[in-house]
Amino acid sequence: MAFLALLALCVLAFMFSVRFGELRLGLPEIVTTLWRRDGGLDYQILWHIRLPRVLLGALVGASFAVSGVILQGVLRNPLASPGIIGVSAGGGLAGIVVMVLLPRHGGAMVPAAFAGSLLAALLVYVLSWKRGVSTIRLILAGVAVSAMLGALSSAVLLFNAEKAGGVLDFTIGSLSTRSWRHVEQVWPYMALGLLMAQALCGRLNILALGDDVAVGLGLQVERVRVALLATAALLAAAAVSAVGLLGFVGLIAPHLARMVIGSDNRFLLPAAALLGATLVMACDSVGRVVMPPSELPVGIIMAMVGPPFFLWLLRKVSYEA
Amino acid sequence: MKLEVNKLTGGYGAELVLDGVEFSVPSGAIVSLVGPNGCGKSTLLKLIGRVLRPRAGDILLDGRSLSAFRGGDCARCLAMLPQHRHEPAGLSVGELVAYGRFPHRHALGLLNDDDRRIVDEVLAMTRLTALRSRHLSTLSGGERQRAWIAMTLAQTPRLLLLDEPTSFLDICCQFEIIELIKELNARGGTTVLMVLHDLNLAAACSDQMIMMKERKVYCAGAPRNVLTVQNLRAVFEIDARVNYDDAGCPYCLAMGSARKRDHA
Repeated sequence: MAFLALLALCVLAFMFSVRFGELRLGLPEIVTTLWRRDGGLDYQILWHIRLPRVLLGALVGASFAVSGVILQGVLRNPLASPGIIGVSAGGGLAGIVVMVLLPRHGGAMVPAAFAGSLLAALLVYVLSWKRGVSTIRLILAGVAVSAMLGALSSAVLLFNAEKAGGVLDFTIGSLSTRSWRHVEQVWPYMALGLLMAQALCGRLNILALGDDVAVGLGLQVERVRVALLATAALLAAAAVSAVGLLGFVGLIAPHLARMVIGSDNRFLLPAAALLGATLVMACDSVGRVVMPPSELPVGIIMAMVGPPFFLWLLRKVSYEA
Repeated sequence: MKLEVNKLTGGYGAELVLDGVEFSVPSGAIVSLVGPNGCGKSTLLKLIGRVLRPRAGDILLDGRSLSAFRGGDCARCLAMLPQHRHEPAGLSVGELVAYGRFPHRHALGLLNDDDRRIVDEVLAMTRLTALRSRHLSTLSGGERQRAWIAMTLAQTPRLLLLDEPTSFLDICCQFEIIELIKELNARGGTTVLMVLHDLNLAAACSDQMIMMKERKVYCAGAPRNVLTVQNLRAVFEIDARVNYDDAGCPYCLAMGSARKRDHA
């Protein structure tokens, strides 16, 4: 039942998002325009600009949200979000380096950010290894590596201040000017990550009870943990490389879903994916309509509207830590 | 299930916590491990429960070496309640107990009728049926402990390892837990090895006691042979009186520390 509501919400956000923006068409018009494929301006805008943007937003939201659910479970910490294992800082640094130092190779942006994110996550994992990984070491290594990579990013920006303007979009998280090419570049990784997550979520339930309990229940703790961390890193890396350092979805979507669905990750995961997609699509639409003709990046709307809404929910729903 | 421990040595990294530990637990017995803090009781339980790997020595379940078991096979006959565990926010009693069926899981991780019947039985036995949809965070300490024990029971183990199952509980809850363990043992013949800090509770409920001191087993056997004035002085460094109840079961009254004070 709750699932149907979440699904309906997601579909609503999708329709809202396709409908509103610089070009406003009624839903029947949208359907007929897309159906006729007449090549007119409306069609061009809808098919080449609006649809890939909305779809990418949904994919990114779902990826960040599922990545957040996995990390909150693996690290047994409700504050965990995709940024904690270094993916944001790593993707950020790689993206900034490409944009500022190699401006001619704009096409390398997504793969570079993707590789940077994964490398940073790997570095965090290796640094926290000592006869197995402890969650505390992992969190602290993540914070330390993120700080270091963030400082490097700042240094690169500082020495290239004149080119820093274009980078701002990326560091806030933005869906503007995203096209089918971006969707093509990231969707296979996201699909793979979402499938892996769904396959592993039963084991995530067991791992969340603590290492000792999980061993007692016959779980191969280190192996499952590394598989889950790799999945979370893959999803977050793909998302970061597509829209930049969009924060907050990966933190709040899991909590919102938990309030609706409960703590069983087998149901929590798809619910969080739907909610994450809904949030990003909704925030992006709002950013497009609040102050036309210019638009606010989705990251700004998310960070402005998200926290008050989240805090209101926290107070409304009884929620033991 | 019979448990044999041979010349077991192990610890954390370079630190040696157990050195040549030997004992055996007969099938169907309730055995408690006692000893001062830091003597290696919990480490011993972790080695048997496969949380730690032994440096040397062997652990045998019904004569078969623990290292010869695959992880899942082992979890189907051996369950462990560790001290350190995590309760995710929003976890309900019913969900936790159902996780005990994880080693027996089927395709897609779904519960079948057998699993559901076992979960219902375990909830009834631990008197948690009425609380099954309550969140763990809303329960009292005793109820919470029963819920965790219920999870290990849902594994349908033949050997149950419990690390301080009665710590931090009031005296009535302590007895509830012990009576639950005795009932389980009498009904299904489950062998129980547990760490207890309350010496009198351990003496009253165990077939055998194992007293540990400084990484080794100091003595083992029936409670009246283990709980003696001499052993309490040697192992716990206390002056104690030991008496016997009507059934001949020993109980002790600690009179004070017998630790030598160098500066005095």
